[in-house]
Amino acid sequence: MPFEQLLQYIFSGITSGSIYAIVAIGFNIIYNTTGIINFAQGEFLMLGGMTAISLHSFMPLPLAILAAVIITSAVGALIDFIFIRRLKSPSVLNMVIVTIGLSIMIREIALHVWDEKVRSLPYFTGSEVTSINIMGAYISPQVLWVLGVSGVIVAFLGVFFRFTLTGRSMRACASNITAARLCGINTKNMVTISFMLSAAIGALAGCVISPITQTQYDCGTSLAIKGFTVAILGGLGNSTGAVIGGIIIGLLEAMSISIMPLAYKDAISIAILLIILFARPSGLLGKREAAGLKEF
Amino acid sequence: MRPSVYIPVAVLTACIIAFQIIVSALNREFYLTQLTMSAYYSLVILGLTVLMGYAGQISLGHAAFFAMGGYTTAVLTTYNLAGAAGNPLVKLVVGLGLDTVSTNAYGAQTQHLSPWVSLVVAVCLTAAVAFLIGIPILKLKGHYLAMATLGFGIIVYRIVLGTRMFGEADGISDLPAFRLAGGLAVGGDPGLRVQNYYIAAFLLVAGVILLTNLIDSRPGRALRSIHGSEEAANAMGVNTARYKLSVFVLSAVFACIAGVFLTHFNGGIGPSEAEVMKSVSYVAIVAVGGMANLWGALVMGVVLNYLSLRGYFGSYDEFVFGCILIVIMLFMPEGLLIKENFRILADTAVRIVNKCRAGKQE
Repeated sequence: MPFEQLLQYIFSGITSGSIYAIVAIGFNIIYNTTGIINFAQGEFLMLGGMTAISLHSFMPLPLAILAAVIITSAVGALIDFIFIRRLKSPSVLNMVIVTIGLSIMIREIALHVWDEKVRSLPYFTGSEVTSINIMGAYISPQVLWVLGVSGVIVAFLGVFFRFTLTGRSMRACASNITAARLCGINTKNMVTISFMLSAAIGALAGCVISPITQTQYDCGTSLAIKGFTVAILGGLGNSTGAVIGGIIIGLLEAMSISIMPLAYKDAISIAILLIILFARPSGLLGKREAAGLKEF
Repeated sequence: MRPSVYIPVAVLTACIIAFQIIVSALNREFYLTQLTMSAYYSLVILGLTVLMGYAGQISLGHAAFFAMGGYTTAVLTTYNLAGAAGNPLVKLVVGLGLDTVSTNAYGAQTQHLSPWVSLVVAVCLTAAVAFLIGIPILKLKGHYLAMATLGFGIIVYRIVLGTRMFGEADGISDLPAFRLAGGLAVGGDPGLRVQNYYIAAFLLVAGVILLTNLIDSRPGRALRSIHGSEEAANAMGVNTARYKLSVFVLSAVFACIAGVFLTHFNGGIGPSEAEVMKSVSYVAIVAVGGMANLWGALVMGVVLNYLSLRGYFGSYDEFVFGCILIVIMLFMPEGLLIKENFRILADTAVRIVNKCRAGKQE
């Protein structure tokens, strides 16, 4: 394989990998405060993208994206208020079923609000045909947007969790929810915030990737499964792991396209998921003991 | 079989016969078609109930086992043996008398593998796959188990959708009828409607009797102890891994048999049978039935599948199943068909009747 072609694959792998990493981080935020894997995480991306597309028809792009992020994070808060708070001492099985139900509901509502057409936001800078030459490989400026936004999100979360009171309270909930409650942290509100934050990040990611991957009412599911694979690979709850895992999965997927039929692309990452689950469920950076002690 | 099982089985059989007589008398026999289909889907749900409700293991990939059954028989019985008469394997099959000749939709004679053989192959294949995949998968719990079974389901769906042999997005059609003994046949011919209804009903009743017996037996108690607490069950000497695996394989075989029969009944199968949404709707119905409640699962399985197949939910079909999942989990984790709900229903009925009477007296 010539160097330029390899580089091209690597860029495409890193791009999709960073998208998966953002989805995985969304999973992690909710998982850390509640112990729930939110199967509706992918729907936040879809919702963000779709809302921004609709709003963009009568307002400038940055404003539309901002509004979409706010609306989606409100939806996240609503989900917590209406559904998650009502679950009294739920089993993992119940949580799985409820969030799957939520993901189906959001998807079907989106289908009836919008339709089954594929839409997309315009490219943030340039157009479909603009490209930048980097050492012989051509990439769209939108790819740089995706990488940039992912980087900003990761940096923002790092600062948020380390230096703000809310962020630190959320981390306290993650490490021991009873102790956090005893210290006077309103754990219920932390759960709401984690849903809002996760939804907001999802929506932002959904907007940034919309020009490249297009947005459709059912585009969330496959993203969620990839995101989950990445979250598991990196170790559930571990954001650094999510970034590393995302890039690994992205690269593997990009390489797999060059040797296998495109139809099997999704099957590859899921096969990886199964292998990780069977061999090392704690993930690359997860602690083995922690995974064993948690209730599953 | 405990005596207490006779009554529901008798009631169910009576309902099955009564429905057929009423529908035939009203000349509305086409209702039986969807009812037959929902009976087969309910067979999948029965198997899943034992796995989820009694053994406490979620599976979001049961549509894959259903599709395995359906696709295996579809591939095997649509293969034209006459076209490859020179092949030694084909010669062996014909020599052993494992082939059948049927007339296809265009009136032409086709020589193909007997559906009995494909049924056996499908069951063996599915059981083997369930066994192999079950060993690592059932070691997982909670979210991991859900995701792993979901992943398995998606892989099967992708394979079915992307492989030429399985007809890609078109699926496989023109399956021959499955001729059972004594002139009975599973097929889509309108003349076979009534007997197909009874064949499906028979399988369903047989399935529910089998599973009720299983649950009332020693393995059944072991399974329930696993659901209660796996560690405690282990400490009591229950081989939890083996029981979980056997139930997983059993429920996969139920799904596979349903897949084989429904595919012959429909005369074809498409990739939508392997979709994740199918698996999720099976889980939803098990939940509505009350998780550890075979009869609840059976009733809800037949009713909801029937409504869905007749198109009563319209374009909101998936939405309905999503809502069911959430509402049941949030408000009635015991399912819809529990005594308390019946009591409330009976109380309201009595109250309404009393009100009517009081109204008349005034």
